[in-house]
Amino acid sequence: MSGETTRRGRRHFNPDRDVDQWHGKYLPYDLPKEFAIALLAVVILVVGLAVVLSSPDERPVTVKSWSTADPMDFAQTAITELDGTSGTATYGPPYNDVKGSSQSIGPFSPESWAGVHHPIDTAQDYVLGPLQTLPDDPAVAAAVKAYTSASPAQKATWTAAYEKAIASPSATFTDGALRIPPRGVGPVAPIISGLTDMARSGALDGALLSSHQFYGTDYTKPLLFIADGAYLENLATNQNLGGSQWGMMNETGNYPGQAWLWLYTLWYQVPPMNTSASGDLQVWALMMILTLGLALLPFIPGLRSIPRWSRVYRLIWRQHYRDLAE
Amino acid sequence: MTVDTHTGASPVDPSADRPEDADQWSARLRRTAVEALPPQKLLPDRQPAYVASWIYVFGVLTLAALVVVIATGCVLAIFGPTWWHVSTVGLFVNSLHLWSVEVFFFCMVIHLWGKFFMAAWRGRRRATWITGVVCFVVSVGAAFTGYLSQQNFDSQWISTQAKDGINSTGAGAVFNVTNFGQMIMWHIMLLPLCIVVLVGIHVLLVRLRGVVPPFAPPGDSPGGISENDAGHLVGATGRATATDTNPGAVRPDAGTVS
Amino acid sequence: MQISITTIGALFGSLINLNGNGHYVHWGFIQISVANLVVIALMVVVFIAAILIPFRRHGGGEG
Repeated sequence: MSGETTRRGRRHFNPDRDVDQWHGKYLPYDLPKEFAIALLAVVILVVGLAVVLSSPDERPVTVKSWSTADPMDFAQTAITELDGTSGTATYGPPYNDVKGSSQSIGPFSPESWAGVHHPIDTAQDYVLGPLQTLPDDPAVAAAVKAYTSASPAQKATWTAAYEKAIASPSATFTDGALRIPPRGVGPVAPIISGLTDMARSGALDGALLSSHQFYGTDYTKPLLFIADGAYLENLATNQNLGGSQWGMMNETGNYPGQAWLWLYTLWYQVPPMNTSASGDLQVWALMMILTLGLALLPFIPGLRSIPRWSRVYRLIWRQHYRDLAE
Repeated sequence: MTVDTHTGASPVDPSADRPEDADQWSARLRRTAVEALPPQKLLPDRQPAYVASWIYVFGVLTLAALVVVIATGCVLAIFGPTWWHVSTVGLFVNSLHLWSVEVFFFCMVIHLWGKFFMAAWRGRRRATWITGVVCFVVSVGAAFTGYLSQQNFDSQWISTQAKDGINSTGAGAVFNVTNFGQMIMWHIMLLPLCIVVLVGIHVLLVRLRGVVPPFAPPGDSPGGISENDAGHLVGATGRATATDTNPGAVRPDAGTVS
Repeated sequence: MQISITTIGALFGSLINLNGNGHYVHWGFIQISVANLVVIALMVVVFIAAILIPFRRHGGGEG
């Protein structure tokens, strides 16, 4: 047996690490009864809270609800998916292989080391592929064929023109259709219009989810598409759920959120993490170090002395110290 | 097992220790377990007199809250992940589950604060502290996967935001927060299993080492209660204190050094 | 009187509706929901109370 905490003399006694064996009084303490009382108390408290406050359940956004509520935002997102400039298209691993997009701290870049594991080709997966599943739409089918058979340079010219056109004040969504000034946009206009119609009908939700199989439980594709737009983010910002709003701790409405994420959330508000392109990795690295520090606190001189220095223990054990003094 | 019908000798008790079986893994495991945690130590009916503060109840409150979290989670599992969206009873059970999680973290963090200010890692209790911290971290992960499994607006936002942090560490290659099927399986099976095992180890360690004794009284030399040269136990004032007051029972700390 | 399980469930809707616009407190660079602030403040109060409120033992002690 290690002698580290037995009688003085075997090893230097460190009050922040060692104790002497207790040889004092023992008093009755009924543990199972205490557990039963604790369980009853918790059940009563939880039932009370549930009856009085219930729980939040805000309906999810669908591609349909998004494109219906904000068809211009949908179309603006769709063109960036087609031309590969969207958040998802330029994300890098694990979705695609875009050089220089991975977060890093010096040479340390686990994101790029892990590689692509959930491949997403935004142009094909979000735009061209779903449109190719549409039956009986010759105009859209022709536009898709014209686009896919064009050269990369031609595609880039068309998409750049469309991006410019949709950003102009004369671009609108009226009477159920996108009205984009046709300045050299080629087949891109019917493609994006066709996709918007498909989205507003609800067919795009299904196409994104079941692109490989009947039963889907992986919502990566539709979620990333929706998150590329401004609609979801605006809804979240209105509920103070944004990253720069300490959103990670928050819940919709007036419900308490995850208060235990306070420190994780805090780092996202302070420099350099709040503006760095590798802010996520920096925060995670910092939190891993701090968590390790918490776990290994018993081994850290100075930190492990704080309880003794703070003297809060005098309040906790005041009855014991009173008994000793008698 | 046969009875000798001629002599009427009774059969040998099959559960008695036999020297020839002492090398079996069964016998060794049993001996190790019983030596480490004899019944009176596994479930003691007395605690040291210094266990006299309301702060001590937050460990058992956390445990009780965990039981309610798991029980309400089981009810949600019986009816499936869509139930609470379409049924008022389901919403109520979901509310029970959510609030029991809030109570669980509430009590666990207060328990952590209390254990910190008691420096409860002292006296070979570092593993107890470390398993406690790991329980906390894994619980945060379990809650996180729960929030991801809600199939509502909240889970959409949380998943599309959290993916950036997790992807940056490379873990996103395997742990895909936008994959509902994966997240709910981590939430209802893998992580609860980890938590139950970790909490079990944590509680057994508390039974093994006992509740940490207080710091030496202010002004006393380190060590607090100890033996004087005459072999009498002395406290801060040097007066002999009571010896073992748990007559008829095995001392909770028998066989260990605390 | 027959009470269906749906009725019981409806009774358990909620007495206080926490849905709707959230309330937030801004203090310097800190932004926290009123709900989270209440939870954290309650934790501190309960912790202090747990330490200060006397814990009376049953069964006395044996000398």
